Amino acid sequence: MKRPQRKSYLFDNPRNVKILLRSFFLSLILLLLLEPFIHKHPHFSWEKWPEFYAVFGFVACVALVLAAKYILRPIVKRPEDYYDR
Amino acid sequence: MIDRIPPGFIFILGALLVPLLKGNFKKALLLIIPIVGMINLINLPEGNHTLLDFLYYKLILIRVDRLSLLFGYIFHIISFIGFLYALHLDDDLQHVAALVYAGSALGVVFAGDFFTFFIFWEMLTVSSIFLIWARRTKRSQGAGFRYLLVHVAGGLCLFAGIILRLYETGSIEFGYIGLNGLSSYLIFFGFGLNCAWPLLHPWLVDAYPEATITGTIFMSAFTTKCAVYALARAFPGTHALIWIGAFMTAFPIFYAVIENDLRRVLSYSLINQVGFMVCGIGIGTHLSLNGAVSHAFNDILFKALLFMAMGAVMFRTGRINATALGGLYKTMPLTCIFCMVGAASISAFPLFSGFVSKSMVMEAAAEQHMPIIWFILLFASAGVFHHAGIKIPYFAFFSHDSGLRPREAPLNMLLAMGVTAFLCIFIGSYPWPLYRLLPYQDVAYNPYSGSHVIWQTQLLFFSALAFTLLILSGIYPPEQRYVNLDIDWIYRKGVPLLLKVINISLGGIQSFCHKLFVDGIAKNVAKMSIDGTYRLSLVFLEPLWFIRGIRGKDLKKKKREVHRMFQTGTVPLGLKAVIATIFLIVLLLLI
Repeated sequence: MKRPQRKSYLFDNPRNVKILLRSFFLSLILLLLLEPFIHKHPHFSWEKWPEFYAVFGFVACVALVLAAKYILRPIVKRPEDYYDR
Repeated sequence: MIDRIPPGFIFILGALLVPLLKGNFKKALLLIIPIVGMINLINLPEGNHTLLDFLYYKLILIRVDRLSLLFGYIFHIISFIGFLYALHLDDDLQHVAALVYAGSALGVVFAGDFFTFFIFWEMLTVSSIFLIWARRTKRSQGAGFRYLLVHVAGGLCLFAGIILRLYETGSIEFGYIGLNGLSSYLIFFGFGLNCAWPLLHPWLVDAYPEATITGTIFMSAFTTKCAVYALARAFPGTHALIWIGAFMTAFPIFYAVIENDLRRVLSYSLINQVGFMVCGIGIGTHLSLNGAVSHAFNDILFKALLFMAMGAVMFRTGRINATALGGLYKTMPLTCIFCMVGAASISAFPLFSGFVSKSMVMEAAAEQHMPIIWFILLFASAGVFHHAGIKIPYFAFFSHDSGLRPREAPLNMLLAMGVTAFLCIFIGSYPWPLYRLLPYQDVAYNPYSGSHVIWQTQLLFFSALAFTLLILSGIYPPEQRYVNLDIDWIYRKGVPLLLKVINISLGGIQSFCHKLFVDGIAKNVAKMSIDGTYRLSLVFLEPLWFIRGIRGKDLKKKKREVHRMFQTGTVPLGLKAVIATIFLIVLLLLI
């Protein structure tokens, strides 16, 4: 539904969204590039693997969302008035 | 002897004054109580105070040590923030309940013996339930009753454990217990229920989202943290807690991803955060215990901040479902910023409070060589950012434009959120004052090592990347107007089903017995004793009537009269005597 635009806000402008996303992706690359240069204090051997945390964070979250969407939700989803019936 | 004022009493006495005051005086009172309490607390020297004789036992109303003090400080701080947030509210019920609730929480934390502890522990439940019922909806009423029943069951368990322990040891002192024998298991379970352990957790996600906007702030702070305190006091280093805690951190995040009610999302993430504390208590090293209690301290602040931001949204729009919100950053920018500070803190971004406490538990797990636990905690750290860190602000303030243009939150709410946000950033950037308050000063911990900062930022940013890509590709599960079943299904659907089964099975037996005994045997015996004697008497009466010449209609009428006499038990004495005689003769002949 389109309504007459009264006031334009920060993210109404697609250019701002693009800037935000670009700077986000840039910071990701920066983080990846920084890692080899830091002094590490690993407790486990896998912490020494390059970019372990970045990969783990990404994979864990994708797995989390997929498991929640395709496994948990079909099992537990019920209509909103389920308990009132 | 009452040599010092117990911290909780100030709140409970203050609660009595609330109904007597009006307008600005009442508002002033609500803010002054936590300040007076704090002054009293600061002046309490370490050790046991206010010992009272009760039966053969000594009650210790105030036990001040580093552990109880830390919880005492944060409970005062959050009470002040909570009342500031609730200042616009003109509902004595909620103010009184919140004050008694805060007082009970302080009572629990400073109790040095089990009797005092148990009284305040039960008062926690009784006072907090009014914060649920004060919403005054049918759903909140039901949730409140379930909350009450579950906590009463847990309280009874705890009470049984305390009595058994008293019987075993002869002492009511509340200190280290450790798992050894039935009494300790009962106490352990009682604490665990308030701590929202897995399978015991549904009361939390059921009740908190149904509580009032301001009530939830207090609820998120006190009940579970009192349980964390009790576990830290009585069961540090108990191995079962490591796995319980790790499971607590992991399973709620799956629910949080698909939950639509944003305050329920926060309730799941509350369990997730308490999981870190429980795990830290279970590991039991000085570092992990410091981590557990400092994380409790920080969690109270950032969880309250998130609940306050969602409360402000709910206050202005009347909605809390993700499906009904979106685009609110346009007109509620300050609330949005405060919410993001809370989100960054719970996600443990560097410079925010979660970063300086959660990592202690992780570090302790690594130091103790627990790779599986460490992986679960790391997964939960990424997951919490995903659901509480991004999902909450994104769906409420950004996402699709819901068309809602509410006003910014009221000033008192903004101030409360502002103070909390400041504390979150201050503790995150400069954690040393908090570290100095921690129970064990023999371990030094520096969260700001280069690798920790970079690794944590990588973990979070790439979790954010996963969220961004999933949203952009449309794979991220869209919010839907559905409820999600949890363990409480067992009693919410199971108990009515049980009643139905009982009704059918036992009801069937009952109706069968009714047919057999009441309608069958009893009725026939009654009929026989009436009709049998009636017929017997006719043997004697009919010849008599025949002789008297009673026939036809008159005979029938006479018979009816006699029948009625037998039915109503108004048979003339002579007739009875005759029947008895005949009966005796028959009996005699038979023998």
